Amino acid sequence: MSRVDAVRADAVRRPSALWTFGLLRSELVTTVRRWRTLALLGVLAAVPVLVGIAVKIETRDGGPVGGGHGEGPAFITQITNNGLFLVFTALAATLPVFLPMAVGVVAGDAIAGEAGAGTLRYLLVAPAGRTRLLLIKYATVMAFCLLATLVVAVSALAVGALLFPTGELTTISGTRISFAEGLGRALLIALVVAASLVGMAALGLFVSTLTNSGIAAMATTVGLLITVQIVDQIPQLQALQPYLFPHYWLSFADLMREPVYWDDLVRNLGLQGVYAAVFGSAAWARFTAKDISV
Amino acid sequence: MDEPPAGPAAVQASVIATRGLTKRYRGGQLAVDGLDLTVPAGSVFGFLGPNGSGKTTTIRMLMGLIEPTAGTVRVLGRPMPRAARTVLPQVGALIEGPALYGFLSGRDNLLRYDAADPTADPRTRHVRVAAALDRVGLEAAAGKKAKAYSLGMKQRLGLAAALLQPRRLLVLDEPTNGLDPQGMREIRALIRELAADGTTVFLSSHLLDEIEQVCTHAAVMAQGRLVTQGAVADLAAGARGRLVVTTPDAAEAARVLKEQGVADVTADGDRVSGEPPERDLAEVTEALVTAGVRVRGLTVERASLEDAFVALTGEGFDVAG
Repeated sequence: MSRVDAVRADAVRRPSALWTFGLLRSELVTTVRRWRTLALLGVLAAVPVLVGIAVKIETRDGGPVGGGHGEGPAFITQITNNGLFLVFTALAATLPVFLPMAVGVVAGDAIAGEAGAGTLRYLLVAPAGRTRLLLIKYATVMAFCLLATLVVAVSALAVGALLFPTGELTTISGTRISFAEGLGRALLIALVVAASLVGMAALGLFVSTLTNSGIAAMATTVGLLITVQIVDQIPQLQALQPYLFPHYWLSFADLMREPVYWDDLVRNLGLQGVYAAVFGSAAWARFTAKDISV
Repeated sequence: MDEPPAGPAAVQASVIATRGLTKRYRGGQLAVDGLDLTVPAGSVFGFLGPNGSGKTTTIRMLMGLIEPTAGTVRVLGRPMPRAARTVLPQVGALIEGPALYGFLSGRDNLLRYDAADPTADPRTRHVRVAAALDRVGLEAAAGKKAKAYSLGMKQRLGLAAALLQPRRLLVLDEPTNGLDPQGMREIRALIRELAADGTTVFLSSHLLDEIEQVCTHAAVMAQGRLVTQGAVADLAAGARGRLVVTTPDAAEAARVLKEQGVADVTADGDRVSGEPPERDLAEVTEALVTAGVRVRGLTVERASLEDAFVALTGEGFDVAG
């Protein structure tokens, strides 16, 4: 082989750095194509529909929601005035349980599901690379957080616009903002809600590296979520609560104040960052040192 | 990149070389014990041993899936698992049976495995996947969901995944598992074809005749240790054939055979056997007939790899270590 030929052969085979994203694309497509993912998204899309219909039926006679003395998710009493509030209500209703549960299922299954099916060993000898695979899995779970949140928000917006009047709306502080600005706030809130799930995603991914059973990882992750949510409600454990990942979740409502009250929002995002760093590192340390014997 | 890649000029003596390779699991169980394995380039290397003898643990260490407790592994001249990123794209593997995404079609399974390799060119991905499917005879079933595949079809798809790129080494763990005899023949033909192209094939099996049919070299493992390794012809020669005389006059036959230089003569009913002598067997026959021994049959039973295995391990092949 002449020197020129050798160089040419090398040029043909030299991999591009962009090729590494092929696996990310494959991972995103594979995740969305699962029936389980579609079922989770379906449930999430159904929540705003149920809330919207329930509110519509209850206020048929012109009375207030819950007869004026009931309690419900934040903003629920405002829905009859403006359909856009259904977006905030639906996010407030799904954020404590439905959204993190869906994220827990996808995150818990990320590595453990591949291990249980045996496909993990073939991805690793391909070679996907352990760090690369973990990063791609985390990116995919975060993309799912955003997708799940947007599904709730879009479904709520559609149902809200269909069943209730839209137009100018009143913020928590009592000021009026235009519908366009309201939509902007809704989008911002959806992004904050998605970001609120980042800590949960990292926790699920870490659990996923500990076992070879996807079901066990999903159950553990969702079990942890429920436990943490309960601990967050026990007054005697108040000292602990500011460090729990769901503690500031509902702070997204502060985006509907005028001016926006940032303190708890920043605390929430900071806390999610800390959880992502701690459990992301733990997942990396565990996964890169693990013997793959299944 | 602390070492230059081995070019065509650098003669590759061995494709796989392990030194003192040991794996002790957390429970204290010693799965692989001081393995010194050498797989010559261009060989079809049979890796033999009963179930539980440490074959799969060894293969997983070769592929960087399991960290050795002690010892070193070099694959394609580079240390594993440190050089996994440069070594593994040149290695196709089928480890402990195929593993597939049941909800994806056969073709989509291969597209996903190919995407997992950062050195695989996405522009040629569909062409390479089609070629791999064609090579294992699965093009007609490529669009079917993998969960509807039979075990044999899954095995073929696993092989196709190992053939997505031109490989310098193929590691095939029990590749004919679950295949019917026709499928086994096809896979063996495929292995010979790949070997003829210069690919080194590392073939693990518990089927001795499979190893005898396709392998040029073999290693035998038992209870985590390497019992022997070398060219198949040499291994089989280690256990020599037996001269067998069938006769109603067993005692007389045994006496004559000893006179004729047959060692280790044993008589069992009408069957007298011993190590074949150096001299022409025609002379032995003549001596038997002259002595009035009524001979029903006289043959030399060829030594098989199984005889070699039994001679080396002192146990039957199907006994789990």
